[in-house]
Amino acid sequence: MTDTIEKLERLDKKRSKEHKEKEILRSSITLKILRANRAANEPAHYDTIEVPVQRSTTVLDALLWAKGYKDHSIGIRYSCRMASCGSCGMKINGIPRLACYTKVSELSGDTITCEPLSNFPHIRDLVTDFSQFFEHHKNMQPYIQNENADIKDPAKLSEFMQSPEDVDKFLQFSYCIKCGCCYAACPTVAMDTKFPGPQALAQMYRYFADTRDTAVEKRMEIVDDRHGLFRCHFAGSCSSVCPKGVDPALGIQLLRGHMLGYSSNEKKIAELKERLKK
Amino acid sequence: MAPSYIYKVCTGGEEVLMEAIDRNNREGIKGWLNPSRYGAERISYWLQRLTGVGLLGYFIGHVYETSSLTNGPDAWAAMLELTQTPMGHMILLLVIGMSTFHSANGIRLIFTQGGKGLGKPGRPDYPYDAVSLNYRQKSGIWIALILAAAAMMYGASVLFGGE
Repeated sequence: MTDTIEKLERLDKKRSKEHKEKEILRSSITLKILRANRAANEPAHYDTIEVPVQRSTTVLDALLWAKGYKDHSIGIRYSCRMASCGSCGMKINGIPRLACYTKVSELSGDTITCEPLSNFPHIRDLVTDFSQFFEHHKNMQPYIQNENADIKDPAKLSEFMQSPEDVDKFLQFSYCIKCGCCYAACPTVAMDTKFPGPQALAQMYRYFADTRDTAVEKRMEIVDDRHGLFRCHFAGSCSSVCPKGVDPALGIQLLRGHMLGYSSNEKKIAELKERLKK
Repeated sequence: MAPSYIYKVCTGGEEVLMEAIDRNNREGIKGWLNPSRYGAERISYWLQRLTGVGLLGYFIGHVYETSSLTNGPDAWAAMLELTQTPMGHMILLLVIGMSTFHSANGIRLIFTQGGKGLGKPGRPDYPYDAVSLNYRQKSGIWIALILAAAAMMYGASVLFGGE
């Protein structure tokens, strides 16, 4: 245990040293913000605003300073300011990121470009429409389905036992905050509107891998579609931009492995063992 | 694409324009133009696509080339002469490179897309490095690139080396 803690501390020190070496300290930056009001059919243009910054200033801080002191009309969606709500996803210097989680000191150059997330219908300035994204998420039936659990009869309700190893199989995917960064980075979503996208497919794997869920076949049928699971070609962009370490590409490939029969389906094996016992 | 309009019906029955949404905010093919934004795997995806399209073009050309046989030996010889030029050799070199990369990278993808060589899901920790984008994938991409370069060099030595 002590060894593990020491190892983690050493890793932390190494990372913090690397981070400090990469840091770019400046007193001000220029924000280049894409402005457009689609409802008014306004053509898109960029506004540039000079913003004073400190070492800890995030892109969201800089945008809010610009909104507070220079131009109140900047359209931006944000909420928690601590990478928990996933509201402030936007393209920062061309890459989808959370504005509250990206420090200005991490970015090179004196100009920081902020644009709305690609692959989402644009509403105004940095705000995009997530309805299609959430629709794909809903289509994956993101809830536990278990025919053995009769939720209408409290007397029949019982606890579902899970080992920590079972939890580890899906926990990572349940950390998704639905910020849409993976959806904006995916090259397949960029070409195919019906493709559910990395977020939805990773959520499908999250419930597929959950030992409490028994709707395996039903879930397979949902993603086994012309625009479904097999449209992913493992560009890995979703995992490289995910701010929470969900690694959607991993979930999608594992799900496909199960579908193709490459990976052993532990739930199916357990089910067969149960049948043999009976 | 034209913007789509969302209306809301008020209690009085009148329709009020709530918002006009431009649905055309997808990156499309434009997203392919800068593959270096997302790391080695995205570059490999881009190269796999590009080499695939290139090989399809070669395949069509190859079918056209061999079909000249039906017009007699002279037509076939004339067609072969076209490939014996420096430009013809350069195209063949490209084909060698493309086919080697596409095959080697394709083998990596067969395993990867079946969930092999990606690592196991675990509890993510800061700075949240993705398990799936691991050294095995990067090594696979580099091996495919090195094999393609080696095959092209060997091909160049045969095609341009002369006797």
